[in-house]
Amino acid sequence: MRVARLDVQSDSFEELAMPLFDQLYNFAHWLTQNREEAEDLVQETYAKALKGFSSFQLGTNFRAWMYRILRNTFLTSRTGLRATMTVPIDSEEDGPESAIAGATPETILIDRSSEALMQRAIEQLPVHFREILLLCDVEEMSYQEIAETLSIPIGTVMSRLSRARRGLRSRLQEQLQKR
Amino acid sequence: MVCESWKGKLELYLDGEMKSDEMRAFDAHVRSCPSCAADVLAGVQMKRAVQVAGKRFVPSNEFRQRVQRSVAAKPRRSVGFSWMAASAVVAIVFVVGLAAAYIGRERVRTQQVYSEVADLHVATLASSSPVDVVSSDRHTVKPWFQGKIPFTFDLPELQNSEFSLLGGRMTYLEQTPGAHLIYELRKHRISVFIFPEEGLRGRFGDSSVTKELSFSVETWSRGGLRYFAIGDAGGGDIDRLAKLFQAVNP
Repeated sequence: MRVARLDVQSDSFEELAMPLFDQLYNFAHWLTQNREEAEDLVQETYAKALKGFSSFQLGTNFRAWMYRILRNTFLTSRTGLRATMTVPIDSEEDGPESAIAGATPETILIDRSSEALMQRAIEQLPVHFREILLLCDVEEMSYQEIAETLSIPIGTVMSRLSRARRGLRSRLQEQLQKR
Repeated sequence: MVCESWKGKLELYLDGEMKSDEMRAFDAHVRSCPSCAADVLAGVQMKRAVQVAGKRFVPSNEFRQRVQRSVAAKPRRSVGFSWMAASAVVAIVFVVGLAAAYIGRERVRTQQVYSEVADLHVATLASSSPVDVVSSDRHTVKPWFQGKIPFTFDLPELQNSEFSLLGGRMTYLEQTPGAHLIYELRKHRISVFIFPEEGLRGRFGDSSVTKELSFSVETWSRGGLRYFAIGDAGGGDIDRLAKLFQAVNP
């Protein structure tokens, strides 16, 4: 019997996984909205990934794999279940209205003091919108990578992203009116 | 209207998801259309604002180090050393020291592997949760290892023997992943370790039972895999378990 040996050792796991640490933490904190829970989530993600690393196929997208583990772990956590249950399941069937068109709250965003305003608006987004917006605009993932991470088709990535941006705009506008 | 079809694709453009020829056509259109140019500018600003606001949370150094340690450390001898494990380690160091003084380098390496195997055996039994998969059913334990270790092996049928399977766990020996199975025989615990042969240093033949630090150890090789059976049971018991393994892994 010939023994197939993988050139996969925990040395290379560390080399691949640790550079993603800051961004995974940032993403985890956005999902959980709590430092302690974010730390638990990241820790669990690394433990699961290390344990399952031999099943990871080299040459496929490691970043998407790590994010997928983190997100699945979050969704099955108590906070994750609560976050997804209190939000209506997002239907993908809204019209093709552009996310950018309409009045432009963007002009206020040039102002640096409005960073907090934007953060609050992102926080208020339902978790499915929040995560896709962050993966696209903060992590700068391609649609393909987002599709792999969230295990959804590319068409759904586009429509959900569009709806997330529309949701963000309307929240920004609400906040501006309150000011 | 031409603009309407472009506006529908604005997000693809902003996210860099357009094919290059379409991208060039869009660029050309934007230069001649103030309305679309304004939309592009607004979209870019919005994306930029999300990006700035989104990079918000920074992990503490202490937490980073904790995770770094957990992925850097090979998961061996991890959990709470009992006094027994600690004294075994002291004894192992002593034996290894003696061996180094008396015999050649190759022998030392071989001895180190034996010592490490003894160490793994003791440290695991001292741990509060010695096995990761708790089952006496070989059909549960064997599949559990799938995807965790880079090889496969068969477990013997124990129905008519005095041995019982307690469970298994993943382990490491010299950075090589392997399987660790724990059996029970009249309150004695016996470990069977399986590693790919090429990952181990040192020279091993197929030995009969030897004594290492008062443990009985037997080692053999089948199909590119190196097996170690170790425990405080008698040499004859260890040998019987070894024979059961050899019978199903010819």
